Amino acid sequence: MNSFTYIRADSVEHAVNERVAETGARFIAGGTNLLDLMKETVEHPSRLIDITRLPMTSITETVDGGLRLGALVTNADTAYDKRVQERYPLLSQAILAGASPQLRNMATNGGNLMQRTRCYYFYDVATPCNKREPGSGCSAINGFNRIHAILGTQLLSQDGMPAEPQCIATHPSDMCVALAAIGAVVRVTGNYGERTIPFADFHRLPGNTPHIDNSLASDELITAIDLPQNGFPKNHMYLKLRDRASYAFALVSVAAALELEGDTITDARIALGGVAHKPWRKPEAEALLVGKPVSGESFQAAADALLAGAQGYGANTFKIELAKRAIVRALGQAAKLEPTE
Amino acid sequence: MSQVIGKPINRVDGRDKVTGKAKYAAEFQVPDLAYGYVVSGTITKGKITRIDTSEALRLDGVLQVFTHENRPKLAWFDISYKDQDAPPGSPFRPLQDATIKYSGQPIALVVAETFEVARYAASLIRVEYKEESHETSLEANLHRARPQKHGVADLLKPPPPKPRGDFNKVYEESPVKMYGRYIHAAEHHNPMELFASTVVYEKGGKEPKLTIYDKTQGVTNSILYVSQVFDIPFKNIRVLSPYMGGGFGSGLRPQYQLFMAVMASLELKRSVRVTLTRQQMFTFGHRPATVQNVALSATADGAMNALYHDARGETSRFEDYTEIVTNWGGMIYPPENVTQDYKLVPLDVYTPLDMRAPGGVTGMSALEIAVDELAYELGMDPLELRLKNYTDLDHNTKKPFSSKELRECFRQGAERFGWSKRQFEPRSMKKGHNLIGWGMATGIWEANQMPARAEAALLVNGKLWVSSATADIGTGTYTIMTQIAADTLGVPVEDVLFKLGDTDFPVAPISGGSWTAATVGMAVHSACEAVGKSLLGLAKKLSGSPFKGAKWDDIEFADKQLRLKSDPSTAVSLQTLVDLNGGKAVRETSTGLPNALKQKDYARATHSAAFVEVMVDEELGTVKVTRAVSAIAAGRILNPKTARSQILGGMVWGISKALHEESILDHNIGRFMNHNLAEYHVSVNADIHDLDVIFVEEDDTIVNPLGIKGLGEIGIVAMPAAIANAIFHATGKRVRDLPITLDRLL
Repeated sequence: MNSFTYIRADSVEHAVNERVAETGARFIAGGTNLLDLMKETVEHPSRLIDITRLPMTSITETVDGGLRLGALVTNADTAYDKRVQERYPLLSQAILAGASPQLRNMATNGGNLMQRTRCYYFYDVATPCNKREPGSGCSAINGFNRIHAILGTQLLSQDGMPAEPQCIATHPSDMCVALAAIGAVVRVTGNYGERTIPFADFHRLPGNTPHIDNSLASDELITAIDLPQNGFPKNHMYLKLRDRASYAFALVSVAAALELEGDTITDARIALGGVAHKPWRKPEAEALLVGKPVSGESFQAAADALLAGAQGYGANTFKIELAKRAIVRALGQAAKLEPTE
Repeated sequence: MSQVIGKPINRVDGRDKVTGKAKYAAEFQVPDLAYGYVVSGTITKGKITRIDTSEALRLDGVLQVFTHENRPKLAWFDISYKDQDAPPGSPFRPLQDATIKYSGQPIALVVAETFEVARYAASLIRVEYKEESHETSLEANLHRARPQKHGVADLLKPPPPKPRGDFNKVYEESPVKMYGRYIHAAEHHNPMELFASTVVYEKGGKEPKLTIYDKTQGVTNSILYVSQVFDIPFKNIRVLSPYMGGGFGSGLRPQYQLFMAVMASLELKRSVRVTLTRQQMFTFGHRPATVQNVALSATADGAMNALYHDARGETSRFEDYTEIVTNWGGMIYPPENVTQDYKLVPLDVYTPLDMRAPGGVTGMSALEIAVDELAYELGMDPLELRLKNYTDLDHNTKKPFSSKELRECFRQGAERFGWSKRQFEPRSMKKGHNLIGWGMATGIWEANQMPARAEAALLVNGKLWVSSATADIGTGTYTIMTQIAADTLGVPVEDVLFKLGDTDFPVAPISGGSWTAATVGMAVHSACEAVGKSLLGLAKKLSGSPFKGAKWDDIEFADKQLRLKSDPSTAVSLQTLVDLNGGKAVRETSTGLPNALKQKDYARATHSAAFVEVMVDEELGTVKVTRAVSAIAAGRILNPKTARSQILGGMVWGISKALHEESILDHNIGRFMNHNLAEYHVSVNADIHDLDVIFVEEDDTIVNPLGIKGLGEIGIVAMPAAIANAIFHATGKRVRDLPITLDRLL
């Protein structure tokens, strides 16, 4: 770990000003990811701006009937909040599928969005990694890539030909998969004021700049996450497949949410975790379900559409079929066609 | 006469452990302590061409950076670096020269006033290498397999016996047969406690004097290593390891932090601590990856007539790590046409190291899946096949077992599990999305005893002090030795103080191979008996002593008294006797030796039968071990509570090995990549469900007079195969490679 200076911000404005005053400055809240990365010398901030005393620690109602999750509310407090449990059970389920109780007690909502990939190579500074060190190469593509991405990795060269991907890392969050499905909005504050970012636009695909995880500008601080009015409380499922029953990142996860009228689907959301550089959604695949009866067939069609264009890299190729099966299962469970055990 | 042996008393060190009073190697605070941080190499094979420490040395608080360029002169010959668990070959010497032999090799030690400064300085060291191509893949290098080199290690790990009968012919002609290839991933021990050594440097003397707190499974091993490598007489070194936060075999050899801390301490004439990081815990010994082939055949009625088992294990380029992988089949099954073969493939990795049931769980996991496969070829219940081929003879040596209650393990385990309700056909049970399967397997491990010494002293206050330089690696050694001492001299456990993990105590071997209970138990028993004999001598001196004509066999110790067996009311209190000793404790040191004469005509082993239920979600590939029963025949159980915990730990690790654990070696880079506890998956609480342990006690005085066989390994041995067999029963899919991750079931 490198030496660094530390300051505690006393207002959002103060925090933002400190951030832009020094290139190497980073915000810190729960520190559940940043501290690890500092010890591994993956991250070497010159200054840590402690934001834990900022007034972003509550969950409140929004004017359009949704909930605003303060960026500093812990993952645990969010998951166990009565309003979240009743109106956004999918989110609660997803949060509780992640990490461990100890980590969820420390980790904050804003930090959850900012956590970085768990790619082995990203974590090990002895190996090349384009995300950690742009231009050094990707060790995972021809290495051990069982936990890596199958979607959103392909690149086109300038003349339109397929090019070697720069990065096949995945975003590791469970919470973000549910937020993507629900259609949350991220509220951020920067030097020039406040703006909102639709969840689908918050995280980004690696492209030629895999070192950039999201669309946050360097001066911006996440202050809250807004949940829309509909949290799909009736028909939802978060299905997480992993290498052990707890404290493991998803190989594949599915946040599925349905609106039903009788047996007919009127709205559908499917977001995937563990398969791409960001929570993966595809509106065309969801649209295939609208107006259809709940059935294995319609679910399979949506799953096939969602995985269209998926690409395996050897050890992770199994994820393509696994993701399809998981989608069908999760939708079936969301529609209550199938038992959850 | 036994009062507390066999009783489930609580751990005598339990309170100290849960209150934090028990101190581990990195927790001993000494004044003026400097901190070392190890710099790990980043290439797998080649040479360091330049190592620039100047920036690190300029940092405030940095005391020194040690590399191969400035390290002190050390012992010259390999023999000095050989520890008690060193396999044949040339032991790795930290900072020896510029050569890089494996990825993560320690290449420098930064010593600073604080740990944080040392760690930061380590990141400032610039290293240039000349890389050479490496080979780390076992499967890609099987053609280079060769027999193991021989050495003293053969005594405990003999190569497979010569083939007997005619495997090829009989297998060819048999009506029922199977063949399978089984591939196991490498694993790392990952005890919770990181490897650490705190070296306390005593200033002022003419010669350096060191007190070393080391994480080790044998303080004797550490002192030997330090004395030889650094040429310091034993009298100037004391090694202590009162507690260990998990060993599992990882502490059977001195690890490189010990070397580093001692070197820095001697050079800087200052106390130094070196603690490895979790990532560095992946840069020394590991359970080797293996590739095994098993072929079995039987007559139509299920009598096994031919057995073939070969194994190829990885080792390093510099040492031949060996383990017994393929000898087990000949020990538990009776076919007369047997070929067992074991070879090594040297790779650019660190030398593998014994890990819980080394070789045993490896070989038996393959063999016992193979036996299940044979049962299905025969259309015979897997338990029935094992009973059909039950034998009381070790067929490798043709010796009978000193005791073998495996049949009773099968019976009790099957009954507790409900095995009789099992339907033979796979895919016969289903619940919701899950297929349910029942599987079973047999386990075996050796019951060894080594020589060890212990001291016992009946103190002037009537308390009993007992000591031996053994280790408690978390198994309960403190507790069972207390029980043995208490019973031998008839005192309550509260009056016994048993101490271990200190080279000032009588010598004991490294704690491994399931032999500590028998080995140190017999030494403690023998030392306490020696005290008892002295007490009898004192009793005879009493005026008008009723013990004058009494022989050793005529007396017993109970209720803090020495008394006549024939007339327990003729008794004298131990306090009275020690008072006769001129104000001195009655102190004796004695050696517990295995009775080779008694043992030589017998095979000695522990056995187990594991029965497992799994639920497999076939579409998604997930497996849950919903319940497991292990029936264990391991001689006399000294303490059912610590014994049960030990078996439960083995069962949990069995689940972990079957389903989760794998050290992922990237062969392009030649490096273990999942080197942290987030990505190296061990079972967590949520993976563990109903576990049940049955002990089938054996009365076996051939192994030793106390009837102790040891429990460290046997708990894990049968579990992985039982789980794989249950998965087959659930799904009809035979998975031969471990771990059985979900992608292997899709």
